[in-house]
Amino acid sequence: MRVHAAFIPILGMAAATETSSAAPLQDALHAYGIQAWHIGRLWNFTLGLCALVFTAIVAVTLVALWRAPRSDARTPPDLSSLERPERRIHRTVAWAAGIATLGLLALLAADVFTSRALGRLPLQDAVNIELIGHQWWWEARYLDPDSSRQFVTANELHIPVGRPVIVTLRSDDVIHTLWVPNLHGKRDMIPGRTATLQFRADQPGTYRGQCAEFCGLEHAMMALLVEAEPNAQYEAWAARQRQPAPAPAAGPAGDAARRGHDLFLAKSCARCHTINGTGATAALGPDLTHLAGRKTIGAGMLPNDGSHLASWILDPQTLKPGVYMPVNPMRPDELHDLLAYLETLK
Amino acid sequence: MTAPHLSPEDAAQLEQTWRDPPGIHGWFSAINHKTISLRFMITTFVFFVLGGLLALAIRLQLAGPDGKVVGADMYNQLFTMHGSTMMFLFAVPVMQAVATYLVPLMIGARSVAFPRMNAFAYWIFTLGGMMLFLAFFLNLGPDAGWFAYVPLSSLQYSPTKRVDIWAQMITFTEMAGLMEAIVLITTILKMRAPGMTLNRMPLFVWAILATSFMVLFSMPAVMLASTALITDRLVNTQLFNPLKGGDALLWQHLFWFFGHPEVYMIFIPPLGFISSIVATFSRRPIVGYPAMVLAVVATAFLAFGLWVHHMFATNLPELGKTFFTAASLMIAIPTALQIFCWIATLWTGRINLRTPLLFVLAFFVILLAGGLTGLMLASVSLDTQLHDSHFVVAHLHYVLMGGAVFPLFGAFYYWFPKFSGRMLNESLGRWNFWLFFIGFNLAFFPLHVLGLQGMPRRVYTYPASMEWGTLNFLSTVGAFMIAVSILLFIINVLRSRRHGEPAGNDPWGAGTLEWSMPSPPPAGNFEMVPVVHARDPLWEPARLPSHVSGLANDYREILVTSVADAKLDHRLWLPSSSLAPFATALATTVLFVGSIFTPWAVVWAAVPVAIGATWWFWPKKDIVEQRTGSEVSPYEVQQ
Repeated sequence: MRVHAAFIPILGMAAATETSSAAPLQDALHAYGIQAWHIGRLWNFTLGLCALVFTAIVAVTLVALWRAPRSDARTPPDLSSLERPERRIHRTVAWAAGIATLGLLALLAADVFTSRALGRLPLQDAVNIELIGHQWWWEARYLDPDSSRQFVTANELHIPVGRPVIVTLRSDDVIHTLWVPNLHGKRDMIPGRTATLQFRADQPGTYRGQCAEFCGLEHAMMALLVEAEPNAQYEAWAARQRQPAPAPAAGPAGDAARRGHDLFLAKSCARCHTINGTGATAALGPDLTHLAGRKTIGAGMLPNDGSHLASWILDPQTLKPGVYMPVNPMRPDELHDLLAYLETLK
Repeated sequence: MTAPHLSPEDAAQLEQTWRDPPGIHGWFSAINHKTISLRFMITTFVFFVLGGLLALAIRLQLAGPDGKVVGADMYNQLFTMHGSTMMFLFAVPVMQAVATYLVPLMIGARSVAFPRMNAFAYWIFTLGGMMLFLAFFLNLGPDAGWFAYVPLSSLQYSPTKRVDIWAQMITFTEMAGLMEAIVLITTILKMRAPGMTLNRMPLFVWAILATSFMVLFSMPAVMLASTALITDRLVNTQLFNPLKGGDALLWQHLFWFFGHPEVYMIFIPPLGFISSIVATFSRRPIVGYPAMVLAVVATAFLAFGLWVHHMFATNLPELGKTFFTAASLMIAIPTALQIFCWIATLWTGRINLRTPLLFVLAFFVILLAGGLTGLMLASVSLDTQLHDSHFVVAHLHYVLMGGAVFPLFGAFYYWFPKFSGRMLNESLGRWNFWLFFIGFNLAFFPLHVLGLQGMPRRVYTYPASMEWGTLNFLSTVGAFMIAVSILLFIINVLRSRRHGEPAGNDPWGAGTLEWSMPSPPPAGNFEMVPVVHARDPLWEPARLPSHVSGLANDYREILVTSVADAKLDHRLWLPSSSLAPFATALATTVLFVGSIFTPWAVVWAAVPVAIGATWWFWPKKDIVEQRTGSEVSPYEVQQ
């Protein structure tokens, strides 16, 4: 059961606009994966049935108002219903309640069938990711039976199109929720508990997700990008992630980067961050081994370019107040060197 | 039916007996149920307005992308305060406030049961609400959400006193809520006028009875939870700490075991408003009284089987979740049945289309839409997309505003003449209604779409690239329309209070007992306690006997009747006004607020609470003498 329909319009919306346009997608109405498609189909059915019921009841109420004669406070009350029971009215109400019950049973059945369909995603050849929620960023560990093939990244997932993904959800502090609406519904990340979410992207693209459970001060600034790409491209990306950070180039071209590397280790950076292949191995903040390959910084908050990165390093507290990264005052030349180094972390 | 009258001297004495004493001392010792209830209603309305102002600040912040009106910290306080205020300080208590006014009038009683406890509950509620807002103005407003999920609300992640304030506010309001429930249940079951069997009880009273039982069974869960949260924070109990063998999900179960019934505690009393208003303005009794009663009772029971649908995104077993889907869908059946009965009543009635009915008709659009989106949220799979998005914000406001606030305003237009003796202005009322109705839909309909477009709840801002700006702006415009309509309502009330058209006993030609007495009602409600012969005693031709005589006028004597058939059981002497409930409430406030800072407050502040309660129950010599003096030996009666 594969979905080839690349773009599955729900609600009959036009299929024109995007796939890989500038704004990343974050939309439950447009499915780009089989799981979101199943839920979207259930949405269509439920919306249709509910719209029908809504229209019918409002229409009957309006007709009742339109047909009933007018009165005022002095109109004597009509007590005829006390003498002879209004059988016809009672029967009508009973029929309406019966029909409503049938509609509800239909909704229940549709829900059960959708749950079953969601549970039947074929899981052969799956990509296993452990996603850990932190205040306010995401740590992603790509699992592999061969531990040398495992790697860690942050705030950006890459997944292969057409292969299932099993995400194991954990949290290190408070409750977070993973929600990438174009691919699947959401799942809580509860400390002390483990949950999994299984989905598959059926169309390449950048899908944006956002933490959906209120998780404290910067809950609004906890986004996650999911890059779905063809399998070969994904495998190339994964192979790159498994490599340690490249050493700064030899010779004068690499001077600035080398000074930046030394600064990174000497300043407070290395107390929180890891860069594989260097002495920085702390795990309090995001792994920066391949920072330069990511599209955003600050958990989806800012584009990852030199100027944003510079202002983030100098003063993350202004950009994202309350974030656990401290203010890092440094001289302009130091900042320049540090940025030169970070730009080599492809 | 014209109410039988006492002689002018007896009536004056009765008034004197039941009236609250004058002066400042009298103001604080008042226990008449109408006095307390009016204060209670005004207090909850003030909280409603405050909560609404918080909502305007929220909407201003979200009106455009990258909003800079408030920062993240203030925004988190704003939505936590808004939710907590509306749920705990407005929606549930306002229904109890209206009920403590109307229930005795509807069932032919001179007072509520336990009038001093009723006053105590009011003071506790007010002091708790004041504490919350005082904390907010001191920048100690709770900021972990009105649901205060652990571990975010634990000491580690919320180290300031903000969460403690929230948890103690829960203790205050739930204590008041529980006491009001006891007052109302006892009043309804034991103080109905003779002849008012359960089968003749107005649907509003049935709704309040069902609600009060729900309060009794659900509020202990949240009090337990909030107390456990405080002990976790104050004395390190670790009940919710997964690292020490506690469980974060336990909180959610306890909270929603209360939180879901709470929705129905807010929603069921308005069903009673609607039944009263639809009957009066269709000029006929409601179609299917037994079905309506059973539907209310069924709703109250089923409401306890739904709580897990707030937790569909957790890793609970899928089969268990499906059970809660089925239960959540099932509860739509009794609600649908009631809607059909009301429509049938309108269909076969003769309609007097006044403001109260307009507000009730909004229910048929707004609550209906909210109920239907509720069916969507009841589905496990759909909920995984909709949960914690702005779709839920839209849904809950459609349910709570459409299901409770619109009927509540209808009820206010309907009963204001009884409370004040004057009518509210009809054309201002229509402006109030239409602005509210249009503003509401403008404010909340777009949020459905925003939720589907992926906008999560409780975010203090969003980037422009998400393209959520336009709909958010529309929503903010709608919110301000609602604010204007509420302002019109306040103007209407203030103006009509003095200059409104005099109402007389029964301005709407209604059928229930509260319309048999002058407006506003005398202190003892009924000059003579009526004997009830029908469901709508003012509509159906009177029968004999029409009233009870022989109750004392010179002290607060009431009749106690049997639970099912309201047969005469015995006479009871209610206590007179006293300063003790207020003093005890102050002492209790010291205990609760103190225990935010030290567990020892529970020990030491218990002393003044005990002193207050002892004073409260200390028998007064002159009253005991008067009471024993009026007793008659059965032997004398036989002779």
